[in-house]
Amino acid sequence: MTIQAQISANHLVQDMSATGLHSESMRVLIIEDDSETAAFLAKALKEAGHVPDHAADGEAGLALAESQVHDVLIVDRMLPKRDGLSVISQLRENGIQTPALILSALGEVDDRVKGLRAGGDDYLTKPYSFSELLARIEALARRTSPEEAVTKYKVDDLELDRLTHKVTRSGQQILLQPREFRLLEYLMKHAGQVVTRTMLLEHVWDYHFDPQTNVIDVHISRLRAKIDKEFDKPLLHTVRGVGYSIRADGA
Amino acid sequence: MALFGSAAAGAIGYIYWQTNVLLARQLEQTIEAETRGLAEQYRAGGISNLTKTVSNRSLTPGNSLYLVTDNEGRRITGNLTSVSKILWNSVGRVEFVYKRPSQNGPEDRLALASVFRLPGGFRLIVGRDIEDRRVFQRVVRSAFFIGLGFMALVGLGGGWLVSRGLLARIDAVTATGRTIMEGDLTGRVPVNGSGDELDRLSINLNAMLDRIEQLMAGMQEVSDNIAHDLKTPLNRLRNRAEAALHEHGDAKSYRDALERTIEEADGLIKTFNALLSIARLEAGTAGKAKNEIDAGALIQDFVELYEPTAEDKNMSLTAKVADDVHLKGDRQLIGQALANLIDNAIKYGGSKKGGKIEVTAGDTGQTVEFSVSDTGPGIPEKDRERVLKRFVRLEESRSRPGSGLGLSLVAAVARLYGGSVRVEDNKPGLRMVLSLPHKTNHNGVSRTQ
Repeated sequence: MTIQAQISANHLVQDMSATGLHSESMRVLIIEDDSETAAFLAKALKEAGHVPDHAADGEAGLALAESQVHDVLIVDRMLPKRDGLSVISQLRENGIQTPALILSALGEVDDRVKGLRAGGDDYLTKPYSFSELLARIEALARRTSPEEAVTKYKVDDLELDRLTHKVTRSGQQILLQPREFRLLEYLMKHAGQVVTRTMLLEHVWDYHFDPQTNVIDVHISRLRAKIDKEFDKPLLHTVRGVGYSIRADGA
Repeated sequence: MALFGSAAAGAIGYIYWQTNVLLARQLEQTIEAETRGLAEQYRAGGISNLTKTVSNRSLTPGNSLYLVTDNEGRRITGNLTSVSKILWNSVGRVEFVYKRPSQNGPEDRLALASVFRLPGGFRLIVGRDIEDRRVFQRVVRSAFFIGLGFMALVGLGGGWLVSRGLLARIDAVTATGRTIMEGDLTGRVPVNGSGDELDRLSINLNAMLDRIEQLMAGMQEVSDNIAHDLKTPLNRLRNRAEAALHEHGDAKSYRDALERTIEEADGLIKTFNALLSIARLEAGTAGKAKNEIDAGALIQDFVELYEPTAEDKNMSLTAKVADDVHLKGDRQLIGQALANLIDNAIKYGGSKKGGKIEVTAGDTGQTVEFSVSDTGPGIPEKDRERVLKRFVRLEESRSRPGSGLGLSLVAAVARLYGGSVRVEDNKPGLRMVLSLPHKTNHNGVSRTQ
C-alpha cells in the first residue's frame, strides 16, 4: 500500500484509506545462526511479500547491515562471533538507525530493558508466532517515518486528531474514553497492518506480560461498538489468531 | 599469648630494675650523708672527736655500720667487730660480708661500705647493712619468675581450652558442610545461643542453607510439575497431530487440526513461560528493577484494564485507594501479580447473578497492602494454604481454563520482595491480600536476623 502524506498548511495527514494491500515490500535482514529457523523466517517473509537477507553470525550480520540498506533487522540475541546486542550497538555507533527487532530466549523485563538499551527497537521472546513477528517488524518499518510530524490520522471516513483528541466518523463526533482514544490512535498509526494483543498491551498500557485472559479483546469490542456499530462499513477487523487491524477494505 | 607474656615480663622487669636503682641511690645518699657528717667532726676535732662521734652513733640501733681502726687495723671504736683483709686493703666503695649477732648466733650479712684512709694510718669505714635489700631483691626476683611461670601456664592452658572449643565448633561446621556435600540438605550447623561471632556465623550459614534447601525443593517441585502438567498437554498435542495424519481428511479438517495444534502449543508456551518466571523469581534473578510505584495509579490501571471483562460477566470492578501510597519495586512484576489476582477474582469470584470486586491499596506503616476482594464462593479454610502452590487447582475450577500458576506467581513475587500473600474470608467471598514492604528488599531474604 502507499502512504500518501498530504501536506497541508499546518499539519500532515496520514491517509490510510487509499488502496488495498497491507504493506509495501520490505528488505529484511535476518541475523540468525540456526539455519532452520532462518530458512523458515526467509520463506515466510517472502510469502508475505518481503525480501529477506540472511547472515549466520554476528560479524557477517554487522557487515551486511553496514554495506546494504534494509528496512528492518531481525537479530537473534545469541550469535556466534559477535552477540546480537553488540551488533546493534555497533551499528548505532556507526550511525545506522535501521530499526531492529531482537529475538531472544531470555524474556524477563531486565533482559528486555538491556536489549532496548543496546539500541534495539523491539524485543520478542522465543518461542514466538510468525504472525506476531511479522506484525512487529511491519510496525517497526513504519516507525522510521517521523511520527511527531503526523497530527491527524485518517482511515476512510474515520478521523482522529492527536492534538485536539477529537475523533469523528463521517463528520460525526465519537466520544471515547482516554484509553480508548490511545487504543484507536495506536491502531490508526499502524493502519493497514496487523497489530497483536501483546503489542497493544505493551504500547497502550505499557505492560509487558501475558494477561492470561484476553482482556484486550473486550476493550476492542467496546471500541468497535463506538466506531463501527452505527456505520455500514466496518473498519476495525479481527485477524483470526493474530490480532486486529484497522483498514478501509472489507477483507 | 607470647606477646602478652613478654609484655608482662617487660613490665615486671622494669619495675624491678627501677626499684633497684631507687634503693641503690638511697643507699649511696645515706652513706654519703653519714660520711659528710663524720668528716666534719674530724675536721673539727681530729681523730679523738671522730672516735667519740662514731662511738655515739654506733650505739643507735639501725643499719648503719661504722669502724675506726689504727694503722695496724685494730678496732678503736665502731659497731663492726672485725675487718676482713679485702676490706682493709681496699679504698672507696666496697661490698663485704660481716657477722652480726642475733638470737640464732652470729649470722652472715651483706653490707656496702666506703673505706677512708686518714692521716696517721687510721682508717674509717662507713657502711650500711644491705642484707635486707638483698633479701628483698631475691623475693622480688623469685616473685617475678614464679609470676611469669604461673602466667605462662594459665595463658597456655586457657588458650588451649579456648582454641579446643573453637576448633570443635569449626569442626562442626566442616562436618555440616560434608553432610550437605553428600547430598543431605537437612544438615545444619549447631548454634549454642551465645551470640558470639561464631554463633552469628552459624546462624547466617543456617539461613543460607535454609534458602538453598528451599530453592532445591522448588527445583524439585518444578521438575515434578513439568513432568506432570506439561506432559499431559504435550501428549494431547501429539495425539491430535497423529490422528490428523491418519485420518485422510480434506484440506479443511487438516487445517482445523493444525489450528488446534497451534492453540495447544500456545497454551504450553504460556504455562512454560509462567513456570520459568516463577522459577526465576524464586531464584532471585528477576525483578531487579526499582521503579517508584504509585500504588493508586497502578491499581487504577488494572481496574481500567479489566473493567470491561468484569462487566461482561455482570460484575462490578472498583478501586479504592488511600492517598499517596508509594512503594519501590519492579512495576511489571507487581503489576502482573495484581493482574493475576484480579483475573482470578473475575474468573472464580462471581456467582450467577454477577458480583462485586473491590481492589484497594493501603499503607500499614511498614508495608503496602494490595487487596482484591470478591463476593463469590470463597475458598474453604482447609484449602487456603494450598492454592498458592504451583498447579494447584481446586476441584470446582478444574473445568475452567487456567494453568494453576496465577497465584503461585503472586506468592513468588511476594517472597522475592520479602512480603506475603494472605488468603482471607471476605464474608462472603474471597479476599486476597498482597503485602509488600515499602523498600522492597530484593531476594526476599530478610537481612535482619
